[in-house]
Amino acid sequence: MITLGIDIGSTTSKCVLMSGGEQIIASSLRIGGLGTEGPAEALSDLWDRADIAPSDVSRTIVTGYGRNKYEGADGEVSELTCHALGGRFIFPDLRTLIDIGGQDAKIISLSEAGRMSNFVMNDKCAAGTGRFLDVMAGILRMDIDELDECAAQSVSPASISSTCTVFAESEVISQLANGVSRPDLVAGICESVASRVSALARRAGVVPRVCMSGGVAKNGAVRKALSESLGVDIDFDPMAQYFGAIGAALYAHRQLQKLSDNK
Amino acid sequence: MAEEVKKPEEVKKPRKPLDPNSAKYKLGKIASDAFATAIEAKKQGKPVAWVSSNFPVEIPETLGLATAYPENQAAGIAARGAGERMCEVAEADGYSNDICAYARISLAYAKLKECPEQDVAMPDVLLCCNNICNCMIKWYENLSQELNIPMIMLDIPFNPDYEVSDAEVAYVTGQFWDAVHQLEDLFGLKWDDDRFKEVTGFSCRSSRAWLEATAQAKYTPSPFNGFDLLNHMAVMVTARGKKEAGEAMETLLKEYKENHEKGESTFRVEEKHRVMFEGIACWPYLRVTSRGLKDRGINMVTTIYADAFGFDYNSFDEMIRAYCSVPNAINLEKSRDKRVKLCKDNNVEGLLVHTNRSCKLWSGFMAEMSRQIGKECNIPVTSFDGDQADPRNFSEAQYDTRVQGLCEIMESNKEAKEA
Repeated sequence: MITLGIDIGSTTSKCVLMSGGEQIIASSLRIGGLGTEGPAEALSDLWDRADIAPSDVSRTIVTGYGRNKYEGADGEVSELTCHALGGRFIFPDLRTLIDIGGQDAKIISLSEAGRMSNFVMNDKCAAGTGRFLDVMAGILRMDIDELDECAAQSVSPASISSTCTVFAESEVISQLANGVSRPDLVAGICESVASRVSALARRAGVVPRVCMSGGVAKNGAVRKALSESLGVDIDFDPMAQYFGAIGAALYAHRQLQKLSDNK
Repeated sequence: MAEEVKKPEEVKKPRKPLDPNSAKYKLGKIASDAFATAIEAKKQGKPVAWVSSNFPVEIPETLGLATAYPENQAAGIAARGAGERMCEVAEADGYSNDICAYARISLAYAKLKECPEQDVAMPDVLLCCNNICNCMIKWYENLSQELNIPMIMLDIPFNPDYEVSDAEVAYVTGQFWDAVHQLEDLFGLKWDDDRFKEVTGFSCRSSRAWLEATAQAKYTPSPFNGFDLLNHMAVMVTARGKKEAGEAMETLLKEYKENHEKGESTFRVEEKHRVMFEGIACWPYLRVTSRGLKDRGINMVTTIYADAFGFDYNSFDEMIRAYCSVPNAINLEKSRDKRVKLCKDNNVEGLLVHTNRSCKLWSGFMAEMSRQIGKECNIPVTSFDGDQADPRNFSEAQYDTRVQGLCEIMESNKEAKEA
C-alpha cells in the first residue's frame, strides 16, 4: 500500500511517499507554503522523483497550516500528531520533540508507547521561530543556510533580545553599526531562538530522547544552544524537515489498516 | 449557449418563537430587563449604581437601588462586534491596550455615554469589589474621577491561605455595613432586615438551582452544550438576588433533568469528547470558538467561570465567606482543587485554556495550575491566545490547530483505553 503525506507549512511545502507504512520511497520540498504554488510544485517534483503514478496512491493525508484549504487529500490531521508520528518513526524511543517551523514552535511530549500525550505551542509572537531567523539573515544579507557555519566562528556571542522580532531587528542593526562581528551576532541570534524555545520546553517537561524537527532543526547553532540550555542531547536527522509529511503518510497507512480490519 | 441555471432562492427559515415558559425565554428576558430597568429608573430620577460582578448583590437589591454591570455590558458589546471600536476610544485617551478590555470599553462608554450595541443607564455611584481582580479598583477610580461620582469600595484581597480566616470575615463584614450606611446617606435609602432576608433567600435559591443545573454535566452525554452556560450566567451576574431569577434557574434545571431522562441535549451533535474550558469566554469569537469544538464533537461540559457566580450560604458569615472565596480571590492550591473536582465530577477528558490577554491575574497563574490539573486528572491540556473583549488578540488558525491537537490526543487516549 502506497500512502502520501503532504505538509503545507507557512513557508515550505513537503511531500513524502511511503510504502507499507515502513519505507520512504520519495520525498520533495519546495519553498512556498499556504497560499502559494509551493504545494503544487512539491507534488509535481515528487511525481518526477517517484517511480509510481498518482493513481497508485491508496490514501493521502494533508497536514500543516494549509491543511484545511487543500482539497486533494482524503483527510487532514494536525501537524502536532504528524510530527509526533514522523519523529517516532525516525527515532523509535523518542519522548520529546521540539519542532521549530516557519511561524511557530511546538514541544510535543510522547508517552513510552509513542502516543502524543501533550503539547505546548508558542503564542502569536514570531520570536523563537524560523521567521525570526529569516528576518535576521535578511538584515545580515546572508542565506539562511549560512547561519550555522557563521555561528561556529563566534568568539563571544552577542546578546540579542528574544522578546520581539521587530525589536531584535533594530538591535542587530545597531550592534552591526557598533562593530560587533557577524559570527558573534549570528551566534547571539541562534541563542535567542534557543532561549525562547527552551522556556517552552521546560513548561512541557523534557524527557529524553529528544529530537528536533522543522526547518530550524538544520541549524546546528540553535541545536547546540538548546541542548546546553536544557541540559540534554538533542538528536537530529537529515529528514527533520519532513517529519510532518512522514507522519501524515504514516497516519494514512494506519487509517487504511483500520479500514481493512473493519471489513 | 447553455441555459442559465437558476439557483433556487435561499429561503431563510423564520426563527421559531421561543416558548415563554422555557428557561431560555425567561433567562433572556431577565438579562435584557436588567439593562432596561436601570434605564427606566434613571428616567424617573432614581439613582443608579454601576456594580462589579462579584460585589455582594444583596446590598443594592435590599436597598432597592437600580444597578447596571459594566462587565456584563462590555461582554455584550464585544459579542456584538463593537469591542475594537470602543477599545480604540479608550486607547486614544491614553489607556494602554495592556489594560483589561472590559475596563477600556467601560471607560470609553463613560466618555461617549452611548453604544448602540449595549446601552446602559449612566451611574450615580460606583460599587466596586476587588475579589474578581485588582484592575477593577483603578478602573472604577477613573470612572469616579471622570464622572465625578462617589465610589464605594469593598476590599476583599487575594487570599494566600487555603481557608478564609475569621479576621478576613470581620474585615469584610465591617466594610459591608459601611457600604450600606454610605448608600443610605447618599440617596436616603433605608435598610430593611426583612427585605435583606428575602433577598438572600432569592440569591441562594438562584444559586442552588444554577449550580445544580451546571452539575447535570455529570451525565454522559451531557444534557446541555456548555456554551449555553456562558449566555445564561448573565442572569447570575446581574439578577441573582431577584425572585424571577430563581424561578428561571429552576426551569433551566428542570429542562436539563428532562433532557437527561429523554436522552436529549442542547449539544446537537454526537458528544465524542468532553472538555473543561478555563477562563473568561472569548466574546468577540464566541461562535468561532464554539464551532471549533462542536465540529469535532467536543462538548465544553464545565467551566469554573459559570460556577463562580453561584453563591450559596446559610448565614451572614457564610455569605461573607462565599464572597471571599470567588475563583480569582483564592490561592493556587484551592483554585486547582476546585477545578480538579469539576473535571472529575464531569468526566472531563481534556482542558482548553483561554490565555486571556485582558486578564493577567487569571491567565498568569494558569500555566502552572493547568499543568497541575492535567497531572492530577491525567488529561491533556492546551491553551490558546485570545481576549475576553478585544478582537485583535485572537487568531482562528492558531485556535483551530490547538483544538485539533487536543482532540487527536483525546481520540488516541480513548483508542488506547478501548484496546
